[in-house]
Amino acid sequence: MTDAEELRRRARELLAAHPPADTDRLDFLRARFDAGLAWVHYPQGLGGLGVPRSLQGVVDAELQAADAPDNDPRRIGIGLGMAAPTILKYGTEEQKRRYLRPLWTGEEVWCQLFSEPGAGSDLAALGTRAVRAGEDWTVNGQKVWTSSAHIARWAILIARTDPDVPKHAGITYFICDMTDPGVEVRPLRQITGEAEFNEVFLTDVRVPDDRRLGEVGDGWRVAQTTLMNERVSIGGMALPREGGMIGPVSKTWRERPELRTHELHQRLLKLWVEAEVSRLTAERLRQQLVAGQPGYEGSGMKLAFARLNQEISGLEVELRGEEGLLYDDWTMRRPELVDFIGRDAGYRYLRSKGNSIEGGTSEILLNIVAERVLGLPAEPRTDKDVAWKDLAR
Amino acid sequence: MTDLLYSEEEEALRAAVRDLLTDHCAPADVIARAESGTPHDLSVWKSLAEGMGLAGLLVPEEQGGQGASAREAAVVLEELGRAVAPVPYLTSAVVATEALLACGDEELLGRLASGRTIGALAVGLHTAPGAAVTTVRAQNGTLHGELTGIADAAVADVLLVPADDGALYAVASDAVTVTPQASLDLTRPLATVRLTGAPGRRVGDAEPAVRRALRAAAGLLASEQLGLADWALTETVRYLKERKQFNRPVGGFQAIKHRLAQLWLEVVNLRAAARAAADALASGEDTDVSVAVAQAYAAPVAVHAAEEALQLHGGIGMTWEHPIHLYLKRAKADSIAYGTAGAHRAALAELVDLQGP
Repeated sequence: MTDAEELRRRARELLAAHPPADTDRLDFLRARFDAGLAWVHYPQGLGGLGVPRSLQGVVDAELQAADAPDNDPRRIGIGLGMAAPTILKYGTEEQKRRYLRPLWTGEEVWCQLFSEPGAGSDLAALGTRAVRAGEDWTVNGQKVWTSSAHIARWAILIARTDPDVPKHAGITYFICDMTDPGVEVRPLRQITGEAEFNEVFLTDVRVPDDRRLGEVGDGWRVAQTTLMNERVSIGGMALPREGGMIGPVSKTWRERPELRTHELHQRLLKLWVEAEVSRLTAERLRQQLVAGQPGYEGSGMKLAFARLNQEISGLEVELRGEEGLLYDDWTMRRPELVDFIGRDAGYRYLRSKGNSIEGGTSEILLNIVAERVLGLPAEPRTDKDVAWKDLAR
Repeated sequence: MTDLLYSEEEEALRAAVRDLLTDHCAPADVIARAESGTPHDLSVWKSLAEGMGLAGLLVPEEQGGQGASAREAAVVLEELGRAVAPVPYLTSAVVATEALLACGDEELLGRLASGRTIGALAVGLHTAPGAAVTTVRAQNGTLHGELTGIADAAVADVLLVPADDGALYAVASDAVTVTPQASLDLTRPLATVRLTGAPGRRVGDAEPAVRRALRAAAGLLASEQLGLADWALTETVRYLKERKQFNRPVGGFQAIKHRLAQLWLEVVNLRAAARAAADALASGEDTDVSVAVAQAYAAPVAVHAAEEALQLHGGIGMTWEHPIHLYLKRAKADSIAYGTAGAHRAALAELVDLQGP
């Protein structure tokens, strides 16, 4: 029996034992995890069966056809996309067993405590301190741009454990309990009027040493696993034609002939072509991954989509003319989901400004493409051999 | 589903064509030839067309061809673009061949597929699919008139000439006067064709044949532009890792790195667009949109790549001795060939229902 047939058989077995119509959502998700059908490429006992990731689609299709509940992946994106692969790679057996199941079912939401006011692109310069206190660590510092912090049970956290060595060497990776009394979450209002993100203040937060991921001082290497997965998940989705930001503006163009001008027409067609070509590039990347030939194209997808989203939404505001002068709603909200496309053109325009900053600025990504893909010389570094405490700040 | 990858057979074909061109179509030879009276390299053409059988890729086996598809022809064109090879592959093995496939002229198709006869569609290189075409006058079985901007006419044995009676005629090139025009693109030169009572053989209706030929041309030209742009990027990156100024490799300056990374993104996108167009031409699905998207995107990218290559090479890029100018001239001419990016965007406006005011 092929892997695909075996997976189909197991999915049907799961559905028979736990008919979605008469099963509590959470019970079904737990049963799915225990059957190894959560993420099939994960090891047995941790929600998977150790088969290739490309076979996940077989399971998903079978369960979708039976109207089975999913784990609302958009709500728990940081857990699924960033925390889980890191725990899988660096966690102890005990940590994997404790955290992965409720992470996948969505019972426990995760957030990411990486960026700081003083450490953005230069993340390794971070200054949040973790000091050893017996079997625990005491953490003090400030983190920023933390989505889901207000609903999160756990955080992945990187903190400085040794200020006397160069910055990359003195970092350690932890799992932080967001219900600790020293954790204070404040909404961070952004230019759209909403607060998708938070600032997180850590004051004498206690982290037991058994919530450390990887070795002391090895946190930067551990964090690379997290960050690589972030870029894949931000740029890697396949879309139908007109599936992205170009969809709403094309719709407006078709429905509102009175708004059309020759100049806007030329810009729209150019952007339509670029959006379609980017979609094809994303599709080509997807086909490469399925065929087991990972390409470099992924590094570029986020760059391309950021610029396109900004130009397309900017065009849309202009197209709307007098209506473009209005804004749908400035009310301060704390949405649980990030939605680049929802709401009006003005929101899309403002929100897309973040696309070239979040998850690696476009400037840093261009450096990465130039150095890792094209093999051009790295930027001159003056910080490599300097102890963190002696860096300019 | 559109297959945007290259198959193993396609990669093998690429490797074979690249080997041939590396050995027999070096940049210095192409430059020297461009200045001679015979810019086309007919010995390389013979190896490609007859030796490797590539002239017949688009022709079914029962008509004397290889029975392959636009996907394979696209791979050949990528490599020809990478080498700015002065051979009439696009004009004969794609454009003239597609016109004859539309007409169903088996005898002539077989000759073109063998590579021993070179054909050229006598339609100006600038003509977009669906655009109006200049015709000659048909009178008592003979043809009269002058056509300009005919690519590779200088080496064609047979010209396919649209006439004012709506028919496409096959005309032997020794029955007409072909005069080379000083052309921007040194490696795909143009010529005027003068017909003064030349005998023509009717091969079919001109309109559908020309439309089909120009659509295939526009779609597959994107692959040539991809090869060209990929050469420009690769060669510039290679050079800037070696070239030192201010005691550093020039490729280490961030202003330069970002420009090259941007260009890489464009080339990556162009590869997806060109593969989509080739696949759509092969499958017949979504062909008009895929071709228009590819050609609307490809032309500016190829020109940008060649222009960046020139600028980032500095003074050496401005010399006749360095091959960059061959690529710039080809890229700029390609941006007009078979319709400008603007013409293809205008076509798209109709195809995807985004009409102007």
